[in-house]
Amino acid sequence: MRCGFCLPACPTFRESGVEPESPRGRIALMKAVVDGLMEPDGMFRDQMNHCLGCRACEPVCPADVKYGQLIEKARDAIEDHPNHSLPVKGMRKLFFKGIFPHRNRLKVLGGAMKFYQKSGLRRVARETGMMKLFPRHLQQMESILPDAGVHGVVEKLGTVYPAKGTPIARVALFRGCIMDVMFAETNCNSVKLLSEAGFEVVIPPEQVCCGALHAHSGEMELARDLARTNVKVFKEMNVDYIVSNAGGCGALLIEYDHLLHEDAVWKEQATWFASRVLDISKLLLEYGRLPSFAESSVSVREPIVVTYQDSCHLRNVMRSGAAPRQLIRQVGNVIFEEMKEADRCCGSAGIYNVMQPEMAGQILEHKMENVNATGARYLLTSNPGCLLQMKLGLEKHSNTDKMEVQHVVDFLYERLI
Amino acid sequence: MLDSALAAQLRAIVGDAHFREDKEARITHSYDGTPMLQAIPDAVIYPKSTEQVSAIMKVLSAYKVPLISRGSGSNLCGGTVPVQGGVVMVMHRMNRLLELDTDNLVARVQPGIITADFINHIESLGLFYPPDPSSMRISTIGGNIAECSGGLRGLKYGTTKDYVIGLEAVLANGEIIRTGGKLMKDVAGYDLTKLLVGSEGTLAIITEATLKLIPPPKSKMTMLAMFRDLYGAARTVSAIIESRIIPATLEFMDNPTIRVVDDFAKLGLPLDMEAILLIEQDGDPETVARDIEMIRRICEREQADSIQVAADREEAERLLTARRSAFTALARLRPTTILEDATVPRSKIADMVRRIKEIAQKYNVTIATFGHAGDGNLHPTATTDARDAEEIHRVEQAFEEIFAAALELGGTITGEHGVGVVKAPFLEWKIGASGVEVMKGIKKAFDPDNILNPGKMFAKETKKRVIIHHG
Repeated sequence: MRCGFCLPACPTFRESGVEPESPRGRIALMKAVVDGLMEPDGMFRDQMNHCLGCRACEPVCPADVKYGQLIEKARDAIEDHPNHSLPVKGMRKLFFKGIFPHRNRLKVLGGAMKFYQKSGLRRVARETGMMKLFPRHLQQMESILPDAGVHGVVEKLGTVYPAKGTPIARVALFRGCIMDVMFAETNCNSVKLLSEAGFEVVIPPEQVCCGALHAHSGEMELARDLARTNVKVFKEMNVDYIVSNAGGCGALLIEYDHLLHEDAVWKEQATWFASRVLDISKLLLEYGRLPSFAESSVSVREPIVVTYQDSCHLRNVMRSGAAPRQLIRQVGNVIFEEMKEADRCCGSAGIYNVMQPEMAGQILEHKMENVNATGARYLLTSNPGCLLQMKLGLEKHSNTDKMEVQHVVDFLYERLI
Repeated sequence: MLDSALAAQLRAIVGDAHFREDKEARITHSYDGTPMLQAIPDAVIYPKSTEQVSAIMKVLSAYKVPLISRGSGSNLCGGTVPVQGGVVMVMHRMNRLLELDTDNLVARVQPGIITADFINHIESLGLFYPPDPSSMRISTIGGNIAECSGGLRGLKYGTTKDYVIGLEAVLANGEIIRTGGKLMKDVAGYDLTKLLVGSEGTLAIITEATLKLIPPPKSKMTMLAMFRDLYGAARTVSAIIESRIIPATLEFMDNPTIRVVDDFAKLGLPLDMEAILLIEQDGDPETVARDIEMIRRICEREQADSIQVAADREEAERLLTARRSAFTALARLRPTTILEDATVPRSKIADMVRRIKEIAQKYNVTIATFGHAGDGNLHPTATTDARDAEEIHRVEQAFEEIFAAALELGGTITGEHGVGVVKAPFLEWKIGASGVEVMKGIKKAFDPDNILNPGKMFAKETKKRVIIHHG
């Protein structure tokens, strides 16, 4: 099917306006490689990497083409013949093999970052101009990173958290890597919100990285290993739902059945797992006893304008774009202002903004024009990558005094009555 | 591969970034929306102005290298597949609205503007441009003009040809011509404007168009009539027209189409219906209400199972958008979807629907049917598998017979998609050998060296007419 209905939905096509930068174009290139019409050369590899993997093309595809699976396969095939340049290789190895799969190393990294941020090293680094040694986009990234910490949600709240009132169900929190290192507070708030809504929450401490960044970058075997561990750990917990508060993680978790569909041993359990995955907004809204939310700041009577940036994976893969919006609207004094093109990728896309700074920067600039046009006091989102990118956007293209970026969960938690 | 001196000249005209000979660019311009067709061009070029197009054509005509102009490549007749190689010219960079003349109610646009963007802009200013091909969210106005696209509003408002009143175009030799203008009346010589609309890029490259705009209708109502009897639905279409009502939209979907469209758009359509009619009327509120009521009565008389009126504009838009996805949505069923474009007089819709069904059975192929029933334009669509050569052969036979049936009922081989590669073997069936000769003469007058979109419209050989067995 080559109808081209996917083209207007694709952020990279929108920025460049050329066919190779579109889902239809990329699929044609993949097919050309399979048909032997072209070699998977450097240009091919670059084009596959240029895709954000936001999967905005999927919900608009009447033919139901599974683009996400195609691009993962293409990247996996590229990884089988790796010819990355040395720095890229190093960076990938560091992220995918060295850090994300290892909980303790993440913690060490979190600790090191905290030390860097708190000890004055950051100040020294910035003032001495040491950061200038890094590429500009990394410098900018460094400046918006939130305070990291060694203590994640388990260290803070334990592994079981009781429900308020009669429990509706037992749910397991998927804590994520970045979420638990940089946004541990959001994880804690998630647990407390779930408890308020009547869920008993368990947090299996042995859970590992979801594998999304690996899968999207063609490291399929690593992703599958991580998935097997998670399936095992969560299965033992015997829970009703597995709840995610990061769209990027949730989207892979919900597809574990596909990820492990060729694995005779794990297939069935992966299906058990995938069928239980829900995003926190949807769980709260549709299954919970929703608590009341109110504007808790001093200026109680002042209405606050709030806008929402979709997490692509939450919207396009988990198909839960409506739930966070409905929750936000539940808050007293909130005027929800829908942002133009809120459903378009912000350019974060896993580690895309690190690997493809130019395209990511261009996309972010357009995004912030739309954000600013809403006149919002709060810009909310549902994924750590988007959260960081939006903070970066705020720093670069907006007024940090007038706007604040938050995870939906934190915004809601602060307004619990 | 292009001659290197030629390539250098083209590169000099548009700049390095806008002339590409690499595999990536060539492969991604080797196809359009048509299944099972692919041919790799030698180069791809992206001009920015009429002057550049003219300069490019001067070079190409000197070297006698083919040129295929295209917009988004969403057409369904193979019209933009570079079957004889050459240079593909992408018009996306020429996408400006040049002038909006509200005194004369006309707009001047460049060809690369996306149709839906243009329509949205025009509507935001309280004006109306009716042609609305299902591909409008991606297709360009230039592409619409080249193929003379139709759409869901064709029944009442006509198609692209009824709204193009002036053109600027570059000839094969690089010269620039202007036809028509902002004039509502103009009989100075042959009507070259009308000739170029629907000429499929074989006569000239359209670089600018003057489009007629009209005031928008004051109100609209949309309804769905569902039928357990396929022919009841088809008869309803004829009955509505007979009773002197011209709805803005009168669309037909059979059961397989209903199922896939609902699977995509999640509208909650009844999946056990044999056919659904999607009907929209617009105009003054009183007229709309009266027409919709009369249509409702006709539907009831033809034993519609149930009739629903869309609650609001949003619901109506969802229904229309879902219908526009029908062709692609059918790809959910089998790997290859071959959509055709047979058109009959509106009174013959029921006969044509019946014929299609019989022909599909005869050749043991699956053909879903949907389309703009109100203007007699049906899209029988085979869901098949390109890897099964034997089945594809049967599909081809079935379509040949469907075209023959359409002609027999006083219809045509294509209502809105154009001839391109796909219908070229059947063109003579419709217009006769003398008709083809006249058209070839016109082609020669415009493009003596046959470098503009060669291999389209005129086939080397015409298919033999199939013999239709009656009873």
